[in-house]
Amino acid sequence: MKYIYELHKTMVARNLILVYEGEFTQEITKSVLAMAERNMDAIGEDQSIKRKVFNVMVECLQNIVKHADEIEEIDLTDHNAAIFMIGKQEDKYVITSGNPITNNKVKMLQDKLAHINSLDKEGLKEYYKDVIRNNKGLSAKGGAGLGFIDMARKSGQKLQFDFEPINEDISFFSLKTVIRRVVTAD
Amino acid sequence: MEILTRDGGEDTPKVILDHNNGFFEISGRSLPEDSADFYGPILEWLDKYKDSPRPETEFNFKLEYFNTASSKLILDILSKLESIDGAKVVWYYHEDDEDMQEAGQEFADLVDVGFDFKTY
Repeated sequence: MKYIYELHKTMVARNLILVYEGEFTQEITKSVLAMAERNMDAIGEDQSIKRKVFNVMVECLQNIVKHADEIEEIDLTDHNAAIFMIGKQEDKYVITSGNPITNNKVKMLQDKLAHINSLDKEGLKEYYKDVIRNNKGLSAKGGAGLGFIDMARKSGQKLQFDFEPINEDISFFSLKTVIRRVVTAD
Repeated sequence: MEILTRDGGEDTPKVILDHNNGFFEISGRSLPEDSADFYGPILEWLDKYKDSPRPETEFNFKLEYFNTASSKLILDILSKLESIDGAKVVWYYHEDDEDMQEAGQEFADLVDVGFDFKTY
């Protein structure tokens, strides 16, 4: 039973206010959003910060939902489960997700995220407009190709990411987005 | 023309498209699982409306939040409005919501439709 205490200590040490591990669906997305919202309302979080956190959470969660079935097609073990976490510290919220992706996606994601991180505020705005204007319709998965750009814009910080190979077909994709909190002057 | 309405939900906006009374509004939150599916009927309605529009069409967007997949569909709606004579957009945003104000300004830059900005 020691793992319970260990997990609890990890969560406390990392200031995690919410951790969800398992299958991701739109219904789960709504529940996770509702919990996080209640949590932020309970502490009277600044509305603008709350909106940014909500925004990043939606894009992050819906990304996982949209791409989960690609893994199911090639891997029927529990590799299709993903993780989503929110940490709250004095000066920031940290929104992290981890989900398996097919290896043929790694290069594309790496390039896209690196490009996003190379842009400043104005550059991100132009990139967003460029993609929304030129992408014909939504992808087969219903994505607009704008999620990461939007997360970077709402965050105002660089997106942090990592790919951990699982086997010859899949890798574990970790993504971390930071939202700065308004630190009161007292 | 028949009125198109949708009750707002946790992840879908409230919609009223009413030709007879000249009221056109999308409000609330938009993060549907399938945004093309949700906005499809709205785009079809506007295609029909385009054939016999009112002299003036004031289309209200009063969104509290929308996800990126919805933003693509919002742009599709705005593109439809471009081809309707006398159409304009009223973009509402909460007075302290700079991101929503900026989102409206970006849409205004992307299409050839007049935008009014109002706070609530």
